[in-house]
Amino acid sequence: MSQLVTENRLASPDDFYEALIDTHRDLSAEQSAMVNAKLVLLLANHIGDMDVLKDAMRIARQGV
Amino acid sequence: MLSAYSYPKFPYVQSEEQRTGTVKRHPVVVVGAGPVGMTAALDLARKGVPVVVLDEDDTVSIGSRAVCYAKRALEVWDRLGTARRMIDKGVVWKVGKVFHGDSQVYQFDLLPEPDHKIPAFINLQQYYLEEYLIDDARKTGLVDIRWKSRVLSVKQQDGSVLVQVETPDGVYALEADWVIACDGAKSSIRKMLGLDFVGEVFQDRFLIADVVMKADFPAERWFWFDPPFHRKQSTLLHMQADNVWRIDFQLGWNVDPEEEKKPEKVIPRLKAMLGEDTEFELEWVSVYTFQCRRLENFRAGRILFAGDSAHQVSPFGARGANSGVPDADNLVWKLKLVMDGLAPDSLLDTYSDERVAAAKENLLNSTRSTDFITPKSEMSRTFRDAVLSLAAEHPFARSLVNSGRLSTPTTYVDSRLNTPDEDAFAGRMVPGAPATDAPVETADHGAGWLMDTLGNGFVALYYAGSEPVPAEVADAMAGLEKGKVPFTWHVVTDRRRDAGANALVDVNGRFAERYDAKPGTVYLVRPDQHVAARWRAFDASKLNAALNRAIGL
Repeated sequence: MSQLVTENRLASPDDFYEALIDTHRDLSAEQSAMVNAKLVLLLANHIGDMDVLKDAMRIARQGV
Repeated sequence: MLSAYSYPKFPYVQSEEQRTGTVKRHPVVVVGAGPVGMTAALDLARKGVPVVVLDEDDTVSIGSRAVCYAKRALEVWDRLGTARRMIDKGVVWKVGKVFHGDSQVYQFDLLPEPDHKIPAFINLQQYYLEEYLIDDARKTGLVDIRWKSRVLSVKQQDGSVLVQVETPDGVYALEADWVIACDGAKSSIRKMLGLDFVGEVFQDRFLIADVVMKADFPAERWFWFDPPFHRKQSTLLHMQADNVWRIDFQLGWNVDPEEEKKPEKVIPRLKAMLGEDTEFELEWVSVYTFQCRRLENFRAGRILFAGDSAHQVSPFGARGANSGVPDADNLVWKLKLVMDGLAPDSLLDTYSDERVAAAKENLLNSTRSTDFITPKSEMSRTFRDAVLSLAAEHPFARSLVNSGRLSTPTTYVDSRLNTPDEDAFAGRMVPGAPATDAPVETADHGAGWLMDTLGNGFVALYYAGSEPVPAEVADAMAGLEKGKVPFTWHVVTDRRRDAGANALVDVNGRFAERYDAKPGTVYLVRPDQHVAARWRAFDASKLNAALNRAIGL
């Protein structure tokens, strides 16, 4: 069983963050929500491990 | 008042050329007596060049302004002999803490390794810093600072610049071979030349307050996102000299800056943060907006732009003065070689190339920090808040938290002054990198630092380790020392007992470690302490070629 990695794995976190924000540039709130939903689905499929995904979903819900 | 700085008032003196109505020619005129202008003037004077500095005011910076001075700027000032006073007066720090709400989410250490002469950062009110630079520049006897002198126009002529200056006695003209424009973000010289200064304006305002108080916060940079005392905005706290604390409050865009500066608005904000019972006094308050923009080229003929006149960044990351001082550091040795006829005029184009590259790096970092602190859209804010809420528990999110990526020096990776590596090396000392420090001992001065032996002219370092120095190395180096381009060399050795007069003893192996040096390794270091070239084995013709390349020949 794989574990969700929460240590940093990004070579350049600032590059990633900038690209993420740029992905949403000039979109309405509704469009942005759609982009995020598609992003989650794409990444979930890439990860492909139900235990890892469940762990991530649990953490994401915390404190919201 | 617990403390009060008394601002010096420098006397206006009418210049002889204005009094006699003669137009005099000067080698260099610096416009602006701020940190960058005074660094350039002091560096020129240390190289024997007389300088006229024109400044429209007659005192130092009002308020603490830049506050944070980074290692590299301090190393430049140390080369010029002024850093000791700054470090002694300033507050030395290297730890930053980031809070979200009332809990700490992240902490960083800006200089985690030992054995450096100069600290990661100091905090010091800009007025002290300017006072020390002005004081040291005057002591050289070569810097003629003319207060209450406003530049009205500049005109590039064949081989010089004609400058019209307005003083309390009227208008006079002077000629300069070279003008260094350090006249700030609102540079009037830039406007006179009609140069574009484009970039991004951020829709946010910050209140800055210098507060005098006895407080027991540590000497650390503390940054809050959404603190309980200032909801939905951010706050930054820095300790300065004389019990003065610098506090920055984010205000948002839709506020009236004049209203926000009033004590009746500022004091309740401070009380909410510091507690009702903390006694404090307000020394200085200002409201600022910020922009990220730069000139396309820092050179316009015989006029060279340095500091905020050339590039303006947001304050997060302390990249303003800390990138302006390296501008001066980069420019002055090149200008001196060109003035002496030892390097081609095109060497000055590399000033712009190298410092534009640095400005791009600073603008990128400062823009990213600003986007995190001041999100431009709802979605950007949501991501920012998600990062913060994950950061306390999940390490990956901490590396995304951006409260300012603090100033680090630029490596001129693409500079044409570098000689590309032919040999394999590990570590950070690539051609173009700022040299890093190491403890060394010398026969003359005992325990000291590598950085004290670098700079001003070119320096070659021959690492002998525990082996002797071949005669051909010493002969070739001695030959270069006789050349017109300022050049010295040092042997770096492990053998304290038979170390020669120019030897640096690598007392604890830090040099070998940080420079990945093995017996026979040679480094060539520029007058601004950046690496120009390196090899695994000494070759006199390669060293000579690298030296020529580094001066643009």
